Amino acid sequence: MSAPLLEVEGLSVRFPTRNRVVEAVRNISFSVGREKVGIVGESGSGKTMTGRAVLGLIRPPGIVEARKMQFDGTDLLALSEREYRSIRGNRIAMVMQDPKFSLNPVMTVGRQIAEAYQVHTAASRSEARLRTLEMLEAVRIRDPERVFGAYPHEVSGGMGQRIMIAMMLIPDPDLLIADEPTSALDVTVQMQVLAIVDDLVSQRGMGLMFVSHDLNLVASFCDRVIIMYAGQIVETCKASELHKAQHPYTRGLLASLPRVDQPIPRLSTLTRDEAWKTEPGVDARIL
Amino acid sequence: MPASSDTALLIEHLDVRFGKHEDEVHAVRDVSLSVRRGESFGLVGESGSGKSTVLRAIAGLARDWTGRISVDGDDLGPKRTKAFYETVQMVFQDPYGSLHPRHTVDRTLSEPGRIHEVENIDERVNELLRDVGLGPEFRFRYPHQLSGGQRQRVAIARALMLEPKILLLDEPTSALDVSVQAEILNLLQRLKAEHKLTYVLVSHDLSVIAHMCDRMAVMNAGRVVEEMTVDQLRRAEPSHNYTRQLLKASLGYDRAAVDALETFD
Repeated sequence: MSAPLLEVEGLSVRFPTRNRVVEAVRNISFSVGREKVGIVGESGSGKTMTGRAVLGLIRPPGIVEARKMQFDGTDLLALSEREYRSIRGNRIAMVMQDPKFSLNPVMTVGRQIAEAYQVHTAASRSEARLRTLEMLEAVRIRDPERVFGAYPHEVSGGMGQRIMIAMMLIPDPDLLIADEPTSALDVTVQMQVLAIVDDLVSQRGMGLMFVSHDLNLVASFCDRVIIMYAGQIVETCKASELHKAQHPYTRGLLASLPRVDQPIPRLSTLTRDEAWKTEPGVDARIL
Repeated sequence: MPASSDTALLIEHLDVRFGKHEDEVHAVRDVSLSVRRGESFGLVGESGSGKSTVLRAIAGLARDWTGRISVDGDDLGPKRTKAFYETVQMVFQDPYGSLHPRHTVDRTLSEPGRIHEVENIDERVNELLRDVGLGPEFRFRYPHQLSGGQRQRVAIARALMLEPKILLLDEPTSALDVSVQAEILNLLQRLKAEHKLTYVLVSHDLSVIAHMCDRMAVMNAGRVVEEMTVDQLRRAEPSHNYTRQLLKASLGYDRAAVDALETFD
């Protein structure tokens, strides 16, 4: 296999506070090729911070350290803020979790998406408008013309999420980091949006980092899964083999899910073992 | 649907509207349901299907409704009485929003007791905390000192203060991590058995409904499209296409199935 799109070695993210240093991500190594990699974990496991670190979005006093962070031949650690901007949004894009806080409230949806396109290409305004309408249609928005002229507060949460996805996909990124991109969507819309992303991966060879807490979804959607706990990677496996996971944390998570297909008298709950925090993490790179 | 003596909750031809004139939204359309005493009844549907609005109409939070709602054989009027709240209580979706940020757990739990002149409030608060798996050390904490799961336990304890018979649960675990969800669902099942409660559970998650309920109604665009038992759901025999699609989508991602999705209005 050729070099992966993204290779990360020994990444740590720390936030010093008054009393102690919070270690959000602790020495993790992983890679993303032209594939769908799911990053699963509960709140506070460091999955979101991992995505933000790759995009260079951790601001001081937050500290990012890594032995290596390489994206398609570029050393991300050596980039200046200016150089990072030419990659961020253009070659690596990120869909954030909450459209309410990620869209500009005083700019119409259409202008925001068109801007994302124009910043990264030399397109004219009318060309950008056309591409934007196409993109809105691609994310299954029924009336693109109306939504183009709408402000973020005029659209529903699910629609906002699809607008974000359209905005992130319009510059044609090589790597998409999606942080719980579909958690606010109804299951059927969720499936449709995932299909769009899926097609981009299989047809254009985009890489996808899919951050989620939904184990069933990741198992059925992704190619590979990385399981994070307390800032570390505790396990990694093929998505199709997630049900055979070995780590007690992963097993515990799987066992705590209610099921449609069979009755369970009592759901098993997770007993967290302090040792999980101290045992060495797993290297999730495929080179 | 005749109201027999073991019917805890009966809804007939319920319509709920919001707004006026051209802005009017007809959120619930001609919904009829009956929930037996001691049963767990699920309402499932996507956002905007009207499932939460049905609960809010029962609880008296959505005022513009027509039709018939009757609890324990008594028809409800436009206003809810004190006695109603001693029978029916509600637990909300977001434990970060449903607890007053500047009230301690103690104040949150004792308030309904004071309004309804419950005796030995002090004892009841301790009992409730024990009941929901929180120790007495949580009594004087503020919501920001609690995790999401602990907050939801407090919200459940508050709902139990007046020893109601029916609990309306509006997406009680959708804001929680899966491991915490499992703890809360287990707690709800234990409390139901111990206090002989009747549940009406609203969720968008079919697996939660299947786990908790005996019977369920599927809602779409304000209407009940199908009512069935959870056993029927498990045997994958929903008769309505909408339910079948919902079931399929909740089992996981399937690229081929996506192209076959239909829109139901």
